[in-house]
Amino acid sequence: MAAAAKGTQPLLTIKGLTASAGDLEILKGIDLEVYAGEVHAIMGPNGSGKSTLANVLAGRPDYKVTGGSVLFEGQDILKLEPEIRARMGLFLAFQYPLELPGVRAWQFLKAGVDARRVHNGEEEMSAREFDQMLKAKVEQVQIDPDLVKRAVNEGFSGGEKKRNEILQMAVLEPKLALLDETDSGLDIDALRIVSDGVNLLRSPENAVILVTHYQRILNYITPNQVHVLYDGRIVRSGGPELAHELEEKGYDWIKEAVDAGV
Amino acid sequence: MTSAPAKYAQYLADFQSLTQGPGASVPSWLQSLRDNAWSRFNETGFPTARRGNERWKYTSVRPIAGTDFSLAGRPTAVNGSRDIAPSYHMTGDSVYDLVFVDGHLSAELSSPSDTSNGVAAISLATAASDSAFDLKNQVGSQALLDDDDGFVALNTAFLNDGAYVHVPDGHSGSVVVRISYITADGTTAKVTYPRTLIVAGQNTNLTVVESYYGPKDRAYFTNAVTEISLRDGAQVDHYRLLLEGNKAFHVGTSRVNQQKDSSFRSASFALGASLARNDLEVAFAGPGGFCSLNGLYLTADDQHIDNLISIDHAVPHCTSRLNYKGILDGKSKAVFGGEVIVAKDAQKSDAEQTDKNLILSRSAEVDSKPSLLIYADDVKCSHGATAGHIDADTLFYLRSRGLDLDAASRMLIQAFASEIIDSVKPEHLKEHIDAVFTAAIPNKTLPMAGVR
Repeated sequence: MAAAAKGTQPLLTIKGLTASAGDLEILKGIDLEVYAGEVHAIMGPNGSGKSTLANVLAGRPDYKVTGGSVLFEGQDILKLEPEIRARMGLFLAFQYPLELPGVRAWQFLKAGVDARRVHNGEEEMSAREFDQMLKAKVEQVQIDPDLVKRAVNEGFSGGEKKRNEILQMAVLEPKLALLDETDSGLDIDALRIVSDGVNLLRSPENAVILVTHYQRILNYITPNQVHVLYDGRIVRSGGPELAHELEEKGYDWIKEAVDAGV
Repeated sequence: MTSAPAKYAQYLADFQSLTQGPGASVPSWLQSLRDNAWSRFNETGFPTARRGNERWKYTSVRPIAGTDFSLAGRPTAVNGSRDIAPSYHMTGDSVYDLVFVDGHLSAELSSPSDTSNGVAAISLATAASDSAFDLKNQVGSQALLDDDDGFVALNTAFLNDGAYVHVPDGHSGSVVVRISYITADGTTAKVTYPRTLIVAGQNTNLTVVESYYGPKDRAYFTNAVTEISLRDGAQVDHYRLLLEGNKAFHVGTSRVNQQKDSSFRSASFALGASLARNDLEVAFAGPGGFCSLNGLYLTADDQHIDNLISIDHAVPHCTSRLNYKGILDGKSKAVFGGEVIVAKDAQKSDAEQTDKNLILSRSAEVDSKPSLLIYADDVKCSHGATAGHIDADTLFYLRSRGLDLDAASRMLIQAFASEIIDSVKPEHLKEHIDAVFTAAIPNKTLPMAGVR
């Protein structure tokens, strides 16, 4: 890793990652490399550990990392608090975004932006500058401007909450975005808004890990690589065609192949 | 008088010097009211948490009863009180400021009404000495001497000065009165007896801000009584700010009477005080009344706050909303007693009451007891109480956006409080309260279950 030339170092390197929730071992050895500019889709049947992987990377305290390493821009982040990882440029779009009654979206987002800026040795953003930036992002990701005036996610529909996650992602401009089943439960319009948001964010400098159960979103976002997670391990990796195969054949053939030791 | 138990010797001495000493001359009705009240206090004494005394089940007044508080004297100069008196801007068609230092109106710090527009916002002592104000038939008409608590009786026995606010029937402009009771710094353990009498005439619009201030690290006692009458169609917004010092004892008794179609919106904010009691009773005396009673309390260390709120739906077609919220840290304790009584004939009553508590430490404690006593059958009533910690998943959501544990918990605590703070209508008052509460939010990392 240290010998890697600038630009060829992966943004994210996961090696032998194992993690558990309580006594239950969920991740049983994950290896993954993600380079800037890439989109990786992580698919798999329910209970395979997809969401756990996204949450462990973001630092959710409910999981215990029992082994392996995760390097983000060459730095081991497993011991870092979730807020430090966020300030370094890691973003998790929640599968079930929480409602924050009484917390205004403006205040919430500005706190996040400022925390990251201060972490990077920059000054906090002025209210006016932030206003303009937020307005631009709202237009960019095409969400209802009224959502920003309300308390964060309070009384939002499922689709509105997911769109709000995309707005947060656009505002925080992460280097690595982890989307935890952001597509589930969305109608076609919402799916398009979410996908457009992700495509908008794609650049040679950042990367996206898309955790999903369904191939559907991959009609809108073309991944560089597709990985299939099963029983806490990545059991297949391939190009976009792997997703189509899963769409046609379901997950059973993979389960059978893995269980048979193929 | 001679029957006073020895433990009330200081009160007796003060009572004698108030009523018999120099400058003791008051109208005879007031003197007999004081005498009756003193007798009543001698019968009841201070309340105890004895069996069956539901009103004091979770709150002991032993620290009050066990201290020889002496009547605060008339201050010679306003000294530091000028800095304590609130300075935020208030707007209205008529705005008055009444500032009391150690129980006496400070002419220097106050701007009372001149009564040219018929509105009275003046010293109660002044009003009492002028029969034109007819205080005889108003003082004590809501805060009765017949309860067993002793505090109203003691306050009435020492009735001397306070605020008198009267808006005549049909007065058109909005009236704003800010009443501030300040206990000045001093070495003796002082007691003051603030008394507030508010009468809002028919179809009037009145805003009152009643605030209590005192020095830090001094034991003193504030025994306050407030009586509020709303005539037909009157609209009163009442704000109560308890900003006493950390060693203070505060017992506040408020009695509100609402005539037909009147609206009473109150918000009570409590910080400070070692022991605080907020006893508020609202009685609907005419149909079509509305009241909303909001409250926010924030306690830390070994503070104790007791809110006892009662709403009497004695007549039909009235609506009440009771919403109190508490934030508790340290070893503090909050007691909430909410009582809604719906009389047999009070059909179409609509009542909701909630008490929600956010607990920030393992040693803080809440005793919340909302109750409904419903004797009518065509009513809409609900009640609920909650006590919980900051949710670990919610904290993680904020942290995943870059906020550290401290900033995240502060944001959630502020959000919890904002529902009540946002109910404050005067913009500058809201900012003032928001600033005071924000500054008081404990700065710390929460040792909560589920938070690692």
